[in-house]
Amino acid sequence: MTRDAREHYVAGFGQFAEREAAGDPPWLHALRKQAIARFAETGFPTRDDEAWRYTNLGPIARTPFEIAAPASAVIGRADLERLSFPVFACSVFVFVNGRFAPSLSAPRALAGGIQIGNLAAALPSPLCPLEGHLGSLARPDEGALVALNTAFFTDGVMLHVPAGVEIETPIHVVYLSVPGERATISYPRTLVVAGRGSRATVVEDFVSLGGGVAFTNAVCEIALAEGSAVEHVSLQREHEDAAHLGAIRVRQARDSRYKAHGISLGGRLTRNDVLAILDGPGADCELNGFYVASDAQHVDNHTTIDHARPQGTSREFYKGVLDDRARGVFSGKVIVRPGAQKTSAQQTNKNLLLSADAEIDSKPQLEIFADDVRCSHGSSIGQLDEDALFYLRARGIDLATARSLLMRAFSAEITARIGIGALRERIDELLLARMLRTRAEAA
Amino acid sequence: MSSADSLEHLATREYKWGFVTDIEADSVPPGLSEDVIRLISSRKGEPEWLLAWRLEAYRRWLTMPEPMWSTVRFPLIDYQSIVYYSAPKQKKKLESLDEVDPRLLETYEKLGIPLAEQKRLAGVAVDAVFDSVSVATTFREELSKKGILFCSFSDAVREHPDLVRKYLGSVVPYADNKHAALNSAVFSDGSFVYVPKGVRCPMELSTYFRINAANTGQFERTLIIADEGSYVSYLEGCTAPQRDENQLHAAVVELVALERAQIKYSTVQNWYPGDAEGRGGIYNFVTKRGKCLGRASKISWTQVETGSAITWKYPSCILVGDDSIGEFYSVALTANRQQADTGTKMIHIGKNTRSTVVSKGISTGHGQNTYRGQVRIQKGADGARNFSQCDSLLIGPECGAHTFPCLEVHNPTATVEHEATTSKIGEDQLFYCQQRGISAEDAVSMIVNGFCKQVLKELPMEFAVEAQKLLGVSLEGSVG
Repeated sequence: MTRDAREHYVAGFGQFAEREAAGDPPWLHALRKQAIARFAETGFPTRDDEAWRYTNLGPIARTPFEIAAPASAVIGRADLERLSFPVFACSVFVFVNGRFAPSLSAPRALAGGIQIGNLAAALPSPLCPLEGHLGSLARPDEGALVALNTAFFTDGVMLHVPAGVEIETPIHVVYLSVPGERATISYPRTLVVAGRGSRATVVEDFVSLGGGVAFTNAVCEIALAEGSAVEHVSLQREHEDAAHLGAIRVRQARDSRYKAHGISLGGRLTRNDVLAILDGPGADCELNGFYVASDAQHVDNHTTIDHARPQGTSREFYKGVLDDRARGVFSGKVIVRPGAQKTSAQQTNKNLLLSADAEIDSKPQLEIFADDVRCSHGSSIGQLDEDALFYLRARGIDLATARSLLMRAFSAEITARIGIGALRERIDELLLARMLRTRAEAA
Repeated sequence: MSSADSLEHLATREYKWGFVTDIEADSVPPGLSEDVIRLISSRKGEPEWLLAWRLEAYRRWLTMPEPMWSTVRFPLIDYQSIVYYSAPKQKKKLESLDEVDPRLLETYEKLGIPLAEQKRLAGVAVDAVFDSVSVATTFREELSKKGILFCSFSDAVREHPDLVRKYLGSVVPYADNKHAALNSAVFSDGSFVYVPKGVRCPMELSTYFRINAANTGQFERTLIIADEGSYVSYLEGCTAPQRDENQLHAAVVELVALERAQIKYSTVQNWYPGDAEGRGGIYNFVTKRGKCLGRASKISWTQVETGSAITWKYPSCILVGDDSIGEFYSVALTANRQQADTGTKMIHIGKNTRSTVVSKGISTGHGQNTYRGQVRIQKGADGARNFSQCDSLLIGPECGAHTFPCLEVHNPTATVEHEATTSKIGEDQLFYCQQRGISAEDAVSMIVNGFCKQVLKELPMEFAVEAQKLLGVSLEGSVG
């Protein structure tokens, strides 16, 4: 099975390198070759691999995905309006099937030497600021999916915030997938480089226009220099036929702050692979996550926070609601390296199971090699609190409303951490609408 | 005392049980083959079915890969250099304790386990296992009056073959893992307990394991069956001489609890841990599992693990009967270069099954301590409930503590909770004690005992005292 998959992608790469990637600078060409060689070696991970024990990529490996065709011509502003997300003015970059769609985007003038744009436009430039950053955090040798993206990506957003510059409004990046007749794959790639003491908010928004088998293999790299702060929302609301396998790689220098909100609502199969390396003393990392899955959806959050230097702090909060035959997986690892003294790490995973056929596998993990640390983790799996329901109903609130109130409270603990109010409210609405489609309402 | 001094002190802590008994042994040559298994089986005069089972296990073992998934690291074991059977030479079958070689009695006396019944404080019956065989079992008579069978595994095979055949491998099949397969092929002795319907065992049953011969592996097998409505409390202790080579101990323990039966299994494990540089010590690769087969049955594991160079053990409960209960209480201490990878599995199959896991890990020196646990709620386990708590205490900058729980829930009416913390020994607590004139060492010992209290209180009284002392010795000088 994987043998076929390997051949399929290796053959596809030959064509790709001659056509789409013909204009690549030499360093990128070398990187791509390294990546496809790596993929040819390993193929897709299987369930024998401990990191993939609960998530079966067999169907993905068996499907001969084709690179999604350009489709921005078929999309009008009206389609986008329907999916429109931000209710405030901000820069919007839209990519359709992994390609930049300037006609749908609305970049706003940004002050202070900020470089922002699409990768494809920036790559051929001889003064390309990407060399040395792209592929340095998400290295092609670390896994098959990152390797696949590195070999095939053509576009995505790049943002470089110079030292000391603060961007007030979020950068909104829409990765829109328009499935075709046949099974298609797209490779969005995001690169954020935050200079010393800079600040930015980036929203990655993965959406589909219509059903059909589509596979999004996304990679996002974020490098934070000393004292910088990045808030990162990754919202996945693709169609229920879609497969979404995303990787986020973060490296934090001294005293930098990274705050992520990973929200998974759509997709038949979702895997979010997050690795944050606290590579300077005093770095702070917060990973928040919320997932709702029903029918036969499968959502897997696989996170690692690596405290490589002393005095780091990290907090991780993941919560999920699972209904019908849905399956949730949470695997969170906190590593404290030798010498990373005075580390404080906290990790929580809470799950609501709403149906007899739903399933959750939770693996919170601590790996600690230093003694002067304070680390804790907790995980719980249960139902809506009967006492709380009774309390509300005793006050004349009907069951459905009581349940939705409690669900809202359950998700609000996560969304309350989103820094920008307008963003938080919109995501709250989305979450509630999604949760109300589960049994919570029906019961 | 500065902490550097005291760490050195810790590194040189003494192992008091490291002596060797000079006794002639009847051993088979080193190495493993079908012939060796046939030899062991014939020495023990076993029935044909048991030999066939051993050989099946051996053939399966040959095909199984070495388990590499745990965090413990050690050079691959050379299975052909191990002696699989060693027994102290005895002239004939023993009728009473008086006939046991006095040197053996002396050994156990020295270990603090007097076998002479009249000297025993009432309340504990002992089965003493020396290398590969059981040398003495006390209070057999008195127990048999109540219908309780407590004897060596070999005696059980001879005297109660039906019971053994029915339950052997029913909880831990030989194909379970490589170490269990090895044990099934070459196990030499161990204890067998059967408590009949409605009987509450009047005294604690206990086995004391001693490795004596060099280059020998110990492969004992324990089987405890508690029939309907019965109760038994079983204790296990172990020591070994101080040697530079590693010795393998691969045991299998199977517990079966029928309706409303309760089994309480306590272990104080003090195998030789190796020296400060990590030379020598026992590889303790043990498969322990209990099956709550009947409704409302209960199995409770309590372990204090202070010895062994490497501990790899996961006493588990399979909760088959409705309303059954599984418990796991553990203290694991790793000092010097010791490594421990231990935890439990709680498999909830029956309705309204409950389980509790309390694990306390203490790491000092270069010790590496891992909690690895699984809680699995099967689809039909309505109303299942689990609570797990795993705390780790770190003493010194070079040690490590790791927590790998795994919760798999397939039923929406289940409630599963896991909590874990890892922290350094409390400086405020140390300061508070020292300010009141308590030495740093006593303070550490007090804090550690307090940290472990939840587990130690589960042990029978005599054992709890021994365990506390053991923790004290193991921690000597860990903080200045």
